[in-house]
Amino acid sequence: MSQNRASMGTAGQPQRPMGPMGRGPMGGMGMPVQKAKDFRGTLFRLLGYFKPQTLLLLIILFAAVIGTVFNIVGPKILGLATTKLFQGVMEKYQGVPGATVDFTYIAHVLLILGGLYIISALFIYLQQYLMAGVAQRVVYTMRQEIEDKLARLPLKYFDSQTHGEILSRAVNDMDNISTTLQQNVTQLITSVVTIIGVIIMMLSISLLLSLVVFITLPLSLLVTTVVAKRSQRYFAQQQRALGELNGHVEEMYTGHKIVKAFGREAESIAEFDRMNDTYYNAGWRAQFVSGMIMPLMRSIGNLGYVFVAVVGGIMVTKGAIAIGDVQAFIQYSQQFTQPITMLASITNSIQLTIASAERVFELLDEEEEQPDAVDAKLIESPRGKVQFEHVSFRYKEDVPLIEDMNIEAEPGHMIAIVGPTGAGKTTLVNLLMRFYEVNNGEILVDDTNIIHYKRGNLRRSFGMVLQDTWLFNGTIRDNIAYGRDGATEEEIVRAAKAARADHFIRTLPESYNTVLNQDATNISQGQKQLLTIARAFLADPAILILDEATSSVDTRTEMAIQKAMGELMKGRTSFVIAHRLSTIRDAELILVMNHGSIIEQGTHKELLAQNGFYADLYNSQFLGRTLQEEAV
Amino acid sequence: MIRLFRQLGPFRIPIIFVFVLVFLQCLANLYLPTLMADIVNNGIVKDNITYILQVGGIMLLVTFVGAICAIAASFYSARIAIGFGRLIRGKLFTRVGSFSLHEFDRVSTASLITRTTNDTNQVQLVLVIILNMMISAPLMIIGGLILAYGQDKVLTLLLLIVIPILLVLIILIMRVAIPLFRVMQSKLDRLNLILDEGLSGVRVIRAFDRIDHEKERFDVANTDLKNVAIRVNRIVACMMPIMMLIFNLTSIAILWFGSIRINNGDMQIGALFAFLQYSVLILFSFLMLSMMFIMIPRAAASADRINEVLDMEPEINDAETVKDTDVEHGYITFQHVTFSYPGAEEPALNDISFSVCPGQVTALIGGTGSGKSALLNLIPRFYDVDSGSVLVDGVDVRDMSQEHLRAKIGLVPQQAVLFSGTIAQNIRYGKESATLEEVRRAAEIAQATEFIDEMPGDFDSVIAQGGTNVSGGQKQRLSIARALVRKPEIYLFDDSFSALDFKTDAKLRAALKKETLDATVLIVSQRVSTVMDADQIIVLDEGRIAGIGNHRELMETSQIYYEIVSSQLSLEEIA
Repeated sequence: MSQNRASMGTAGQPQRPMGPMGRGPMGGMGMPVQKAKDFRGTLFRLLGYFKPQTLLLLIILFAAVIGTVFNIVGPKILGLATTKLFQGVMEKYQGVPGATVDFTYIAHVLLILGGLYIISALFIYLQQYLMAGVAQRVVYTMRQEIEDKLARLPLKYFDSQTHGEILSRAVNDMDNISTTLQQNVTQLITSVVTIIGVIIMMLSISLLLSLVVFITLPLSLLVTTVVAKRSQRYFAQQQRALGELNGHVEEMYTGHKIVKAFGREAESIAEFDRMNDTYYNAGWRAQFVSGMIMPLMRSIGNLGYVFVAVVGGIMVTKGAIAIGDVQAFIQYSQQFTQPITMLASITNSIQLTIASAERVFELLDEEEEQPDAVDAKLIESPRGKVQFEHVSFRYKEDVPLIEDMNIEAEPGHMIAIVGPTGAGKTTLVNLLMRFYEVNNGEILVDDTNIIHYKRGNLRRSFGMVLQDTWLFNGTIRDNIAYGRDGATEEEIVRAAKAARADHFIRTLPESYNTVLNQDATNISQGQKQLLTIARAFLADPAILILDEATSSVDTRTEMAIQKAMGELMKGRTSFVIAHRLSTIRDAELILVMNHGSIIEQGTHKELLAQNGFYADLYNSQFLGRTLQEEAV
Repeated sequence: MIRLFRQLGPFRIPIIFVFVLVFLQCLANLYLPTLMADIVNNGIVKDNITYILQVGGIMLLVTFVGAICAIAASFYSARIAIGFGRLIRGKLFTRVGSFSLHEFDRVSTASLITRTTNDTNQVQLVLVIILNMMISAPLMIIGGLILAYGQDKVLTLLLLIVIPILLVLIILIMRVAIPLFRVMQSKLDRLNLILDEGLSGVRVIRAFDRIDHEKERFDVANTDLKNVAIRVNRIVACMMPIMMLIFNLTSIAILWFGSIRINNGDMQIGALFAFLQYSVLILFSFLMLSMMFIMIPRAAASADRINEVLDMEPEINDAETVKDTDVEHGYITFQHVTFSYPGAEEPALNDISFSVCPGQVTALIGGTGSGKSALLNLIPRFYDVDSGSVLVDGVDVRDMSQEHLRAKIGLVPQQAVLFSGTIAQNIRYGKESATLEEVRRAAEIAQATEFIDEMPGDFDSVIAQGGTNVSGGQKQRLSIARALVRKPEIYLFDDSFSALDFKTDAKLRAALKKETLDATVLIVSQRVSTVMDADQIIVLDEGRIAGIGNHRELMETSQIYYEIVSSQLSLEEIA
């Protein structure tokens, strides 16, 4: 488990861009794109999240349009000043008497322009400022929905999906959505407005010059589509090669000891070199092709610039256009390619985001657990009687697991579960706690079918002390107190004492305040189990599910655990995953499980008399020597 | 980071190419406005269309050359950056491969993985950016300033005023924003941690009916994140408009002061055109450059982590003259061995002496931390002793080549590690040349055929990375088969039966016994039933030998052994 988690950590670690650049100027461009299955549907559903903020969104749109338009008008107005200047200079040059530059006019124009630019900046700021709130609130809502959803999903879902898969939706995909909403939406608006605005401005100045600029348009499209597509292919190859390479690194490092022990270092390096070369070959191509896009677009921009300079220049000499307009045109032609490149990269990010959103929505649409009935009962003071009546259960439709199972456990009884490891204790927990629903029959606690209880309340009447210990990142005190809301310090210590955990806790550097790290590696396996016993003491449940330690516990802790468990079980109904003969023999009922289903049940004596699987198991374990001698 | 980039040596020539090409490309970009100025000054003002066309032709040529240079530069920089990544990654992998377990303990495995994968990628990425933009931005700025100065000295002053303002503003915004970004990152990490815990602890949370409590925790973290994110983004929101405003106001100022100078005859009108272009190119380059400085610290941190690994010398190396032996087979002797894990206060093993002969089974038993695994790790020389010596076949393991030593050993580690690949491939990891017959036989002894036969592809069934598609017990059996197929002189089982149920354990040991008749077997276990039949049992307690002998002898002589046995078996079973 912990190993699994570690590898998840590295693989699932989102590569989040830091800093205000977000994905960088050319971020999404040229990267391979994962397409959404239902683009439109997902898009509209995503847009639905903006509904409560429609008014703000309209203001943002308005601010974006105003800000961009004012900015676009700029060069044209600046051109007016240039024209006036040129006029004055030309007149001087031609020797017109008294000719001078009309500075009042220029000053006037420039002041207006300055005003426009400031207003434009303010509006763009307003738009970005508002968008921050809107986008983050949407992301907040979505995250909240995910959390609520996860709380309502049945255990079946968590068991059928890898932990990493769910996390990747809730973390990485949400990150994608967040970045895009924050950055790309406004970029999209401004880019579109800019392109339209620039085209209008250019057309309004000169049709001919506009056509000259538009000549470069197919080239831009060529670059953004053909080259980008190519680069996507290489990126996909690169990504695949990188995945393989990283996989190899992960395996070889985690299996370092094995590689060494079996003397396979040279093979491992040779394999790595081969993968590294593959990666290099795909990688530099991807980098080269995508790296070309920016300079190519700039060159195309330059091309437009040259055309405008030449054609515009000639037109000015012919008096067909004012020089200021040519200057404005040069600026427009430069402003023209940039939003096109931007759009191409935004389209990619948006596709990526829609694909992410789709994955998040898939999670949100998963089938939920049946809600508790309105008139669900509460177990007030549970006695601990447990019955299985004709229970059938299967995880997979076509693989029968438990068929027509009948068990009856009286309050205070001990039921031992024996069998090979992994024989199905999880299944038992799943059914008793109603993590899974039985397919047929019913499970009764205190003579009432458990489906009539409130789930939370039902679960509270169970206590679990399992080997996979269920601790979380937090102090020891919090971990014990998890057993009951609002437990006092005194109660916690009393529980710890009863569990024989108090002593070791007090030897820890910060006693009860010691923080267990995420995988609780700072205390031993046996100590962890003592903590869960303490937790169970505090929770004081009527029914217990316990796991006897098999290994990795030293002798003294083992003794402590045994004694504590023994005390805990007094007066409670307990299901024990038993490894110890004494436990088994003291049990009122033994369930023999194999491959997940109960194959025999009865008391020790009865089962031995049956001379079946249990007898076999018993003999192999405790008369191991005989078996070995037979085999030799 | 500079230290890491010293390794760019082999790429010297392509790097020079990139410099030259980027330089040419910058020149081309800068030359265009100059030519434009010429068009205005000599073409438009003087009504000379031929001149305009001529200069236009030159401009086309310059654009074209610029484009070619850009493509070529991109080609070389891609090969350099990715090639550099390949080089560093290869060095790292080879270096890490030579590490002993000690180095793996020092830098955790997870961290070594990140360093080899993420960190090299980070460095590679920054190198691309440096090659693409870091070179061109300063060239653009310097070249632009020189050309601007050439066009008009006084207006250049204007740029010299604007540039510092721009820089100060960028720095100011960054100073506020970057710490906030960090805060945001930590809030995001916290939220994801809660989510992660909620997932791994889903059963506990539900069992203890704490869903609402968890929801509340999540909600607090989520709200917290939302508030910080909004704050950060609102601050960053002013970045773009401010930059644009500076750009725009600069061009207004250029036009105003330019007009005055033109009117006074100090400047030609074409220069104004060029100047406007230069100012945009220069300011834009500054913007790029400042962005770059945000990325560099991250890459530098990555580079440091990489260097740290490359600087680490593996502790265990072959002696200069190795003494390999083939005279004896399967003898192990510990002579007064004391060993402590690096950095530990107390030795893990203290004055350990014993010897083992071929055909014998030796079992090690003792509580957690008694030094069982440490002892086992000394035999294949995963660690070196502090004092005393470990002899295998009469030779100190430090005098043998590691390859020769380990060829004698079949190790089954505590944590069964499998590699992605088929089952057969995994078993053959022990002996590459093993026939299918040998593989099958090893699997049989390891009690693995039962489940292998149930798998769809038999021995060709594929094990997923990390062995996630087989159970713990199955992994253990495969890793036992892997050691068996080697037919080694020495078997080391490090608590290798823990995930097996008693029945399989017993069957396996019975089958093993036949297979390992002539070999030396060392078994570490916590289970009394596993060790009690051994020829020699060594009881370890806190790093010291607390007893050596067979089961019967130890029951009488060793209090600790007696305690262990009685904790696991009831009285009648002991008897």
